Amino acid sequence: MAAPDTGGWFPALAVGVSLLKCLFINAYHSTDFEVHRNWLAITHSLPVSRWYYENTSAWTLDYPPLFAWFEFGLSHVARHFDRNMLLVENLNYASASTVLFQRLSVIATDVVFIFAVRECCRCVQEQKGSRDILSRPSFVLASLLLYNFGLLIVDHIHFQYNGFLFGFLLLSVAKHLQSQHLQGALLFSILLNLKHIYLYVAPAYGIYLLRSYCFTQDNRDGSVRWTSFSPLRLLALGTIVVSVCALSFGPFIVMGQLSQVLSRLFPFQRGLCHAYWAPNVWALYNVLDKILAVLGVRLKLLEEAELPRASMTGGLVQEFQHSVLPSVSPSVTLVCSLLSILPALVSLWLRPRGARGFLRCLVLCSLGSFMFGWHVHEKAVLLAVLPLSLLAVESREDAGVFLVLSTTGHYSLFPLIFTPAELPIKVVLMLMFSIYSFTALRKLHSGPVLRPLETVYLLGLFAVAFACEVVFPLSPWQRELPFLPLLATSVYCSVGVCYSFLRLYAGLLRCEDSGEKSKLQ
Amino acid sequence: MHTWSLVSICVLLGVAVRWGVSLNSYSGAGKPPMFGDYEAQRHWQEVTYNLPVQEWYFNTTDNDLNYWGLDYPPLTAYHSLVCAYIAKMINPEWVELHKSRAYESPAHKLFMRATVLVADLLIYIPAVVLYCLYLTDGSSRKKVSTLFCFLLYPGLILIDYGHFQYNAVSQGFALWGILALGLGWDALGSMAFSLALNYKQMELYHALPFFCYLLGKCVKTGLTGRGFFMLVRIAVTVLVSFALCWLPFLSDPSQALQVVKRVFPVARGLFEDKVANTWCSLNVLIKIRFILSRDSQLYLSLVCTLLAVLPSSIKLLTKPDFWQFKLALANSSLAFFLFSYQVHEKSILLAALPVCLLLNDLPLVVVWFLQASTFSMLPLFLKDGLLVPYVVTSAGFLFFSIYLLSALERCTEDELRLGAYHKLLFFLPKMDLACMMRWKFYVSIAAMAGLSVASVALVPPPHLPDLFPVLVSVTAFLHFLGTFLYLNIVQFSRPPTRKSQKKIN
Repeated sequence: MAAPDTGGWFPALAVGVSLLKCLFINAYHSTDFEVHRNWLAITHSLPVSRWYYENTSAWTLDYPPLFAWFEFGLSHVARHFDRNMLLVENLNYASASTVLFQRLSVIATDVVFIFAVRECCRCVQEQKGSRDILSRPSFVLASLLLYNFGLLIVDHIHFQYNGFLFGFLLLSVAKHLQSQHLQGALLFSILLNLKHIYLYVAPAYGIYLLRSYCFTQDNRDGSVRWTSFSPLRLLALGTIVVSVCALSFGPFIVMGQLSQVLSRLFPFQRGLCHAYWAPNVWALYNVLDKILAVLGVRLKLLEEAELPRASMTGGLVQEFQHSVLPSVSPSVTLVCSLLSILPALVSLWLRPRGARGFLRCLVLCSLGSFMFGWHVHEKAVLLAVLPLSLLAVESREDAGVFLVLSTTGHYSLFPLIFTPAELPIKVVLMLMFSIYSFTALRKLHSGPVLRPLETVYLLGLFAVAFACEVVFPLSPWQRELPFLPLLATSVYCSVGVCYSFLRLYAGLLRCEDSGEKSKLQ
Repeated sequence: MHTWSLVSICVLLGVAVRWGVSLNSYSGAGKPPMFGDYEAQRHWQEVTYNLPVQEWYFNTTDNDLNYWGLDYPPLTAYHSLVCAYIAKMINPEWVELHKSRAYESPAHKLFMRATVLVADLLIYIPAVVLYCLYLTDGSSRKKVSTLFCFLLYPGLILIDYGHFQYNAVSQGFALWGILALGLGWDALGSMAFSLALNYKQMELYHALPFFCYLLGKCVKTGLTGRGFFMLVRIAVTVLVSFALCWLPFLSDPSQALQVVKRVFPVARGLFEDKVANTWCSLNVLIKIRFILSRDSQLYLSLVCTLLAVLPSSIKLLTKPDFWQFKLALANSSLAFFLFSYQVHEKSILLAALPVCLLLNDLPLVVVWFLQASTFSMLPLFLKDGLLVPYVVTSAGFLFFSIYLLSALERCTEDELRLGAYHKLLFFLPKMDLACMMRWKFYVSIAAMAGLSVASVALVPPPHLPDLFPVLVSVTAFLHFLGTFLYLNIVQFSRPPTRKSQKKIN
């Protein structure tokens, strides 16, 4: 397919969003700012052997080694801004030049993301006859990705390096779409060694590469031809993955610190749900439990004294003891997550539908683990929203799912930015992104993409927003039930996320059906 | 994409940029004893809320006029009063008499910034949207591009949301006036402009074109017939709006006189600080302030200003159409800025508004001028700690206005209206003026960028501590003078023909 010319409008979009990010330099930043400052200090001033042992700050290094090296590289630039930020004992240090450097580092490393978006735009199928720039799929895709509301507020207000990391993910997806599988695999293994949360989508990569790259041919009915297995390709893939991991973890294995590193990377002592409940199945489960408990007490089926003391009243919920329903352990969540992604993986194996089928499976994997995972952050929804953008510009069905998922997922990020000064920014950016995605996708697919009920549900978000941000602070419940807005937000949003998950699966199965039928005919 | 969604995205982006700028520092933050414009506005809330109207403009025991006394017309005072009522509801400490002096807190900053945004959203932004949709030529895409650039003009954003002022209110009223005149609702337009005048006396920069346009239109209709009634209607509208604004001060002539005295402080001198107008730039060569008496300074500036506004006003009187009106507004406000008495560097915003109206007609020159106007306030921005927003918004504005309005492509001699120059410069060999213009633009942008970097990074030599501010203001002055001459020539050359307009569309 011919690469659409991205001359002109793409740089304009990229420059525009980068400048917009620069305006948020003085905005509120969360403790993640201090986390990354601390990591800069650790990697800069301590020998490698101490990196994963250092614990002066509570925010110990808990990303894989490549990310530590990334911070190490940044720290050499940071030196020229303010040396004091590189001292480990300078806790909560945030001078003006430190803030400037850290913010600029996020904006600068987003170049990876911008590059990846450009590569993705090149893989999009252009519609014939649409000469208007604004309604070209590649333009819409670039806007949806570059101006993604979640990335803007999580990276440039809340403070994280997700843009840089998602850059690797999208770049690797783009490489697969361009059938450059080895490069894609290389990028993904680098990504895994930067941040291990991407393990969630690793199954999709594994199955896809094994099925569609290592086996070079299919039988006539589309099933795998076992004889076409290419050991050479497997060897190449294996070499890439193993060498990247060796580069990253090797030094720590040599120093005998592997168990220490792993214990930092996978801290299972955290609770089922993150401080703010992510809008997933467990949020619904918790609420169901609460409702049952209240009902039980009302109907005299349960003794109030017997119930474990509800820890929900604290607002910031770390541990949650269920009163009626059985409590959930990490292993249960693991099993649930695996079960939820299993059908998608099986389908990817049995009926590989090229790189797009892989992309769909990747979205299902990230959404499945988001729905059932242990201690999921609400930010993790971006892992599904961003790749789904690629599908949304190509099919009407996916566009509908994308609108529901992105709107609810983005709205569930609202509690992340709770300071009043940043309230207008989050509202305005959210409105901007939503208006754009709704009108652009509608225009792109020339007709409405949402079903009536979905529209009603999404309009309901306005009511929730109004109730949580305006009515609630003025109501008498604010004292007694401070957690109520968070609860309402995550429950309402989790309905939308669950629905998108199911609809995405339904789409997959329907594809399968129609595939069968067409074959039968 | 529907126009409404593009327009709403533009407006939302404009709001996001405004709010992003407002997260930065404001003038006089934490700088006793006088602080800055932020404290002035807060102090006015305190004064108007706690004192009776009769004391607002007088020096009393409770109202020390030397500490940010009210020196704007009544509408500003009423606006302060409204804000003060809201402030009182949120936190009474913010407007407590005497005790609240120099009150600063994050919550208060948020409140003050929000008042600016609300005023902007209610008055300025709708006017800009309507102007761009109804009074600019071209496809809807073109209109939206113009709107986008208009809303993102950095000067106004940085002064209102960074430095802290309410220029959007007076400029918004003026724009409503222009809009109404453009749509043919003359009485409504004159009312809106009266409100603008009563919010900020500096709106007088725009008064002459309004007057000439309306008078010229009445004369054209026939002063003995319908034109007379039109004139009377407009005059009555203006008088009534003024009377309503000044109602509390009309009972006692001394009251009204005191307000006028406060609003026009003649005693403050020919110019203050470094401002990019004629007098300050001339000051580098001749120290006028020490040669002439204060009265002769006043007369000199008055005569120069009148001479400078005369051509464009006469042209407008004889040919009162909207195109001439826009040009006359720009010319008149530039003339006032360049030659009048007691000009502030922020007054360039008054010239920037009418120049913005020409965004779609003369993109290159307009963008160039607007950039220079933002640049002329650089020393102020540096004092207020607004370096990052200045750089970001200027770069963004320059990039997007040139890209979206295709400013560098739309510059043939015809489109730049350079025809008249060939007649004026008949003695020179014929040359490609459009190309020269483009190169001057590049050189000037480079010079402004270089001077910005130098002001930030270099330390001036000890015997010339004001080197960079003076260089900045002289450079900006040259730009303003050039634009003034250019726009005057455009006003006197042929109006844009249908054919060339078609081509632009």
